[in-house]
Amino acid sequence: MTQTTQPQADAAVILQQAREQVLDRGIGLSADQVLQVLQLPDESVADALALAHEVRMKWCGPEVEVEGIVSIKTGGCPEDCHFCSQSGLFTSPVRSVWLNIEELVTAAKQTAATGASEFCIVAAVRGPDENLMSQMREGVAAIKEAVDINVAASLGILTKEQVDDLVDMGVHRYNHNLETAQSYFPNVVTTHTWDERWETLEMVRDSGMEVCCGGIVGMGESVEQRAEFAGQLGALKPHEVPLNFFNPRPGTPFEEVPVMSSTEALLSIAAFRLAMPTTVLRFAGGREITLGEIGTRDGLLGGINAVIVGNYLTTLGRPADEDLELLADLKMPIKAVADAL
Amino acid sequence: MEALWCDRCGESLREADHFDCQVARNLEPPRFCSSCRRRMVVQVLPAGWSARCSEHGVVDQLNNDE
Ligand code: SF4
Ligand SMILES: [Zn+2]
Ligand SMILES: [Zn+2]
Repeated sequence: MTQTTQPQADAAVILQQAREQVLDRGIGLSADQVLQVLQLPDESVADALALAHEVRMKWCGPEVEVEGIVSIKTGGCPEDCHFCSQSGLFTSPVRSVWLNIEELVTAAKQTAATGASEFCIVAAVRGPDENLMSQMREGVAAIKEAVDINVAASLGILTKEQVDDLVDMGVHRYNHNLETAQSYFPNVVTTHTWDERWETLEMVRDSGMEVCCGGIVGMGESVEQRAEFAGQLGALKPHEVPLNFFNPRPGTPFEEVPVMSSTEALLSIAAFRLAMPTTVLRFAGGREITLGEIGTRDGLLGGINAVIVGNYLTTLGRPADEDLELLADLKMPIKAVADAL
Repeated sequence: MEALWCDRCGESLREADHFDCQVARNLEPPRFCSSCRRRMVVQVLPAGWSARCSEHGVVDQLNNDE
């Protein structure tokens, strides 16, 4: 990927314009403006993060939304998302397995024990079938009975009836990632389209559930496409944007794509925050590898206001305690369940 | 039981040092049984994981902090 960077003088102008537009008026940057931020020189990264942090504090406040996630159905997915170890079409070592209801409740309890307000149930499917919907119905009811936590879901492409069923179950937020820029999507997925994903997102929004939609940066997209993606998410106006940093998985078509630099990752955080001043911008997978401890702190002081704690779906996170200690150290309170409702 | 196979990549432990695999394993559960090289059924929960080989049983427990 070739990257041009903006000269230093321009950098000050770009950040000043962003300050007036985003911080003062709450209007997110356009894709073209995001591109300018993504092309800032290394010397300006700290200033971009500082501005993004000011924007987050003004438009979202100091609280951090903490979430845990779990896979109710792992592996064996018929889709071919080239980054994903759960596709059944690649030679990934991840085997297919279902979680039972008891294990699901255990996972929700583990999440609630961290002080988290959100618990997201995820399935590796194109979209849910009858069996998965009935597991969800039973599982969500069992969690609500046993644990004080908001339940979200991520089950792929939905029909209108399934959207309504999830609302009925009390699922308050639905995750469906656009993953990457529309123009890069065909390089990443061939078994369904970006537009199909968008249609599900519109149905979710119309239903009254909160829309959670993000993706993965660093999958070989150009910096222009990364800016395009931020602009497209900005147009969608999701309640939450989970930001993953690409982590190459054995056996997948993207196995050899290198991990992005921490500087590029931090600029992406700042740029996405400046594109979406009011959204819940969540640290999702890959941060441990791309950013490490210092970068995690920089991200939380650079526009991030939500984290996934504990393990991910097929990979492990750092221990939840370490994130909770970091939040305490930064004097960032954890959003309570009642506030998140 | 003697570990013969890398639990991350499934290749022989005798043929390479698997240093990258060891590093990666800090943030990944095992995927292959180190005794017989079978792919294991692995479940990841927010605070733990388990991995089961159909021949050698559960080789790690949920709530394992590793
Ligand atoms: S639809 Fe989801 S689980 Fe299936 S291959 Fe794509 S990212 Fe992986
Ligand atoms: Zn190995
Ligand atoms: Zn075995």
